[in-house]
Amino acid sequence: MLLREVSYARPGTIEEALSLLAEHDGARALAGGQTLVNVMKQRAASPDVLVDLAKLGELREITVSGQTLEIGAMATLTAITRSSEVEVSRPILGEVAATVADVQVRNRGTLGGNICVNDPTNHFPPLLVALDATMTIRNSGGERTVPAEEFFVGVFETAVGVGDLLTRISVPAGGGDGMSGVTLGVHGTYVANAAASVVDGSWRIVLGCVAAVPVRATTVEEQLDGADVTEEAVRAAVDGLGASLDPPSDVHASADYRCSLAETSVVRAVLQAAERAKG
Amino acid sequence: MSVSEPTTSLRIAVTVNGEQFEYDVPTRRLLVHFLRDDLDLTGTHIGCDTGSCGACTVHLDGVAVKSCAVLAVQADGASVTTVEGLANEELSPLQQSFHEHHALQCGYCTPGMLMSASALLEENPSPSEDEVKVALQGNICRCTGYWNIVEAVVAVGKASA
Repeated sequence: MLLREVSYARPGTIEEALSLLAEHDGARALAGGQTLVNVMKQRAASPDVLVDLAKLGELREITVSGQTLEIGAMATLTAITRSSEVEVSRPILGEVAATVADVQVRNRGTLGGNICVNDPTNHFPPLLVALDATMTIRNSGGERTVPAEEFFVGVFETAVGVGDLLTRISVPAGGGDGMSGVTLGVHGTYVANAAASVVDGSWRIVLGCVAAVPVRATTVEEQLDGADVTEEAVRAAVDGLGASLDPPSDVHASADYRCSLAETSVVRAVLQAAERAKG
Repeated sequence: MSVSEPTTSLRIAVTVNGEQFEYDVPTRRLLVHFLRDDLDLTGTHIGCDTGSCGACTVHLDGVAVKSCAVLAVQADGASVTTVEGLANEELSPLQQSFHEHHALQCGYCTPGMLMSASALLEENPSPSEDEVKVALQGNICRCTGYWNIVEAVVAVGKASA
């Protein structure tokens, strides 16, 4: 399909990219393009200027700095799957990256692009909130960091505003992590999911697909903090969680069924995380 | 090369199947249209045009990508291999294996299947059946002839082992 006419620039430096994003109304960063190019075909997005980040090699780097895993926003899902830094510091990220879509999409698609789309059915928004990740956003005025919990603002909306560029995702190393849910096809998007992470007995449990943004299951977290995590204890803690949610109904699942899936996903994710925390 | 000023047309240099091309392309042109319409390499098929079916799969700097989800200008400076680049005088071993295992029915998905499978074989010369299935996950066959396709790829790996 023909795209609507669009201007294109390929900056050689981040500073140049920030100027382009700030100077042009309707400018949009182009990362891997695996969502953007396809929604441009549907005219669901019609940027006037594409700012291709392909030449900004520093945005592709994956490094460990002290106790923090730093993932450049332009790191592809394939790179994350294969990264020894990810495997050592937070292996769940590579495991989940390997279950997104298919090989071709993972070869082009980037972590930054994925989370900037903030599709509520995607894998990374709830996972990054569970892992207590921090996003670094730059614009021509400077740099700021935003916790994952505040990064996801609404359906297809994030803290990345006009003139902003997400440059990296920082994730603390360590922790026992789990993610579970029901997808459309083996590697499809989620109908419901939960991500769970435990660090020194303290839990972060996050639901996807039940609202516009990831939702923390704080009542479950409180019951599990410092507790002996048996299957019985998790089931007891999760009891009533579904009733507190107000998820959407759609062709894939009614709201009631999503509530039930959310509870089951939490049980599975928590048990997986607890098992891994044992080492 | 960087492009500092936004433009709607760009001269790109691309190596396709070993041959160097320089073309002025509209920046909105998809790589698949560049290959098919500008270079007349119609072996690369357009299936769904939504990034789902994989019929348009080519190698971009050695990795399998869906050419309907890449702009031609994003291939500037890169090397592209299409299905036309697989065979010389004779079919490649992978193509020969598709022939022998009846791994194509209508043939529409075949170029994409071949490009995804050849990318896998470059990295992993003797893949298991499961590895082949994962590698071909992004390629849909509407004739549902998956079984023979998987067999054909596994057989090439066994032959090379």
